[in-house]
Amino acid sequence: MGLDIRLPIGMIFTIFGIMLIVFGVFSNPALYAQSLGININLIWGLVLLAFGAVMLFLGARAMFGPRPADPQGREPRH
Amino acid sequence: MGLTTIDWVIMAVYFAFVLGIGAALKRYMKTSADFFLAGRSIPAWVCGLAFISANLGAQEVIGMGASGAKYGILTSHFYWIGAIPAMVFVGIFMMPFYYGSRARSVPEYLRLRFDEKTRGLNAISFATMTIFSSGISMYAMAKLIQTLHFLDAPFRHFGIPQAWIFHTGIIVSALVVLTYIYLGGLTSAIYNEVLQFFLIVAGFIPLVWLGLKNVGGWSGLQAALGPSYMHSWVGLGSPHTNRLGVEWFGLTMGLGFVLSFGYWCTDFLVVQRAMAADSMASARRTPLIAAVPKMLFPLLVILPGLIAIALPRQPPPILNGPQGSAVAAPAGQGLIPVKLDATTGQPVLDNSGHPQLDYDLAVPNLLLHYFPTGILGLGLTALLASFMSGMAGNVTAFNTVWTHDIYEPYIRPNAGDAHYLMMGRLATIFGIALSIAGAYLATRFNNIMDMLQLVFAFVNAPLFATFLLGMFWKRATGHGAFMGLLSGTLAAAVHHALTIPAEAIPGVKGGWLSVLHTYPSEMAQNFWTAIFAWTTCFVVTILVSLVTTAPEESRLVGLVYSLTERPQEGNLGWYKRPGYLGAVILGATVLLNFIFR
Repeated sequence: MGLDIRLPIGMIFTIFGIMLIVFGVFSNPALYAQSLGININLIWGLVLLAFGAVMLFLGARAMFGPRPADPQGREPRH
Repeated sequence: MGLTTIDWVIMAVYFAFVLGIGAALKRYMKTSADFFLAGRSIPAWVCGLAFISANLGAQEVIGMGASGAKYGILTSHFYWIGAIPAMVFVGIFMMPFYYGSRARSVPEYLRLRFDEKTRGLNAISFATMTIFSSGISMYAMAKLIQTLHFLDAPFRHFGIPQAWIFHTGIIVSALVVLTYIYLGGLTSAIYNEVLQFFLIVAGFIPLVWLGLKNVGGWSGLQAALGPSYMHSWVGLGSPHTNRLGVEWFGLTMGLGFVLSFGYWCTDFLVVQRAMAADSMASARRTPLIAAVPKMLFPLLVILPGLIAIALPRQPPPILNGPQGSAVAAPAGQGLIPVKLDATTGQPVLDNSGHPQLDYDLAVPNLLLHYFPTGILGLGLTALLASFMSGMAGNVTAFNTVWTHDIYEPYIRPNAGDAHYLMMGRLATIFGIALSIAGAYLATRFNNIMDMLQLVFAFVNAPLFATFLLGMFWKRATGHGAFMGLLSGTLAAAVHHALTIPAEAIPGVKGGWLSVLHTYPSEMAQNFWTAIFAWTTCFVVTILVSLVTTAPEESRLVGLVYSLTERPQEGNLGWYKRPGYLGAVILGATVLLNFIFR
């Protein structure tokens, strides 16, 4: 299929990550009494962003980068 | 506590992506093979994640949390002796026949291997089952949205009656799933399942992390709950010394062998994901890749249930509830409230007069308890994602079986490919319409759903015997398979009619003919029903096969083990060979069983 699924996954996690980070930085600390005093939005936003970036990189490399050399020397699939 | 703009934006972004994936794939849907089989072009890891995600519906995420709260670590048997060995088996031994025979569905394999009537029986029962399963998923999602009150505030704001929340839940989820499958077929369902898989993981890891931190880690959990919750094998010597009420033999045979192999090895809903793979090697790796995250899922879905019950008793969190109407519900346990009767609002009592707990709320309540606005949107998105992937899996399985195994052979044979592609799209629409009808049926008659699930269990229990004999015994005949399936189903019904779980009233729970045996729990009764059904099917298939004409061997090449060439895998790295992968996975599973014994 022409669409590499890692691209949309990378995009949505990057968007969610940035949203949670920005919200985590500017939100009222009192909000986090519920999550044991941990700014879970900021921390988890960073994790989501990192994951999103990795997926974007892998997806973009597979879709737009040069085809990796086939180790078995088979014909590339079309 | 309440939802704010950021939560709504997160949910909106998710819906936009789900629909966008469907729209982006529309231009690739040119033939029926693109629509029903994703053009057999999906890489193994994508198929693998879709393989578990299709099963990761409401029953899994909400249900396993509920079972965790009720039975404790014993729930892990559904994974560690249930799903994983079956997934390894289907990948190594069965996939060569499913993928290699070029059958487009599991019922079609039955036609190739046995005969038309066996396929018809399987196709019709399976199609009915998928419709009701997706209806149940839809119903559960709408009910949950209602129970959590997370649409109450916006509905009040726009002056829409609160009664419409349930209808909105059903209609919106139906429309979203309809749109993305209609546009992109199985590829769209698989891609969305992979996205949903990552969202569910992303929503549940922080939940488990905060919860465990709060109760003081594993040792805190142990201290709060006591040993009966914390062991998977200790106490299984007798049904009376563990929370499940089952002994080890009924558990390993009933759940581990009959039910799990029956589901993971023969249910087209999951097998379809592997059939979409880009090669035989990928198809065989699909369930094995799926087994790796599946093995770790108990930590994500069962632990929240344990945490919810271990927390000190407190009023359940309420989201955007009706102002000033804090309901004085009787105290439950931990975060789990007492179950209230939907019509009277009174607590539901069990046979000995104790109020029952509403275990299904364990996971949702835990989410509301720990997640502040922001990540709460992510958590709710994860829940919505799980409901939708459960529904979508059923819908894609339905439209394929309907088109290839009911419409094409019995209603309109030999029409062009474009016609069947159109029929697949139409089947998506009326399949979802029927699911909506099923969801409303569930609101009207609670018992109807119980009875349907019972009938499905009767039909499903013997299936694995048919496939086992079909794939590994070339002498098995069509008449044998058909009679075996019928008598296995009948045996399940008779066994259920003559036995009853302790403290139940004869009826939908069993014992409707007479009570010859009382099981210590419903679970034990289920497992033994399955064992009886499987054994009957196995024996009857063999006996009938021996007295009917043997099938021609030339017809069975590629369908039966002894007449099929082993797949060549010499050029693959060891980590890509199903045999090695399977051994590593089984070893890890044994280790997990040992650690949590």
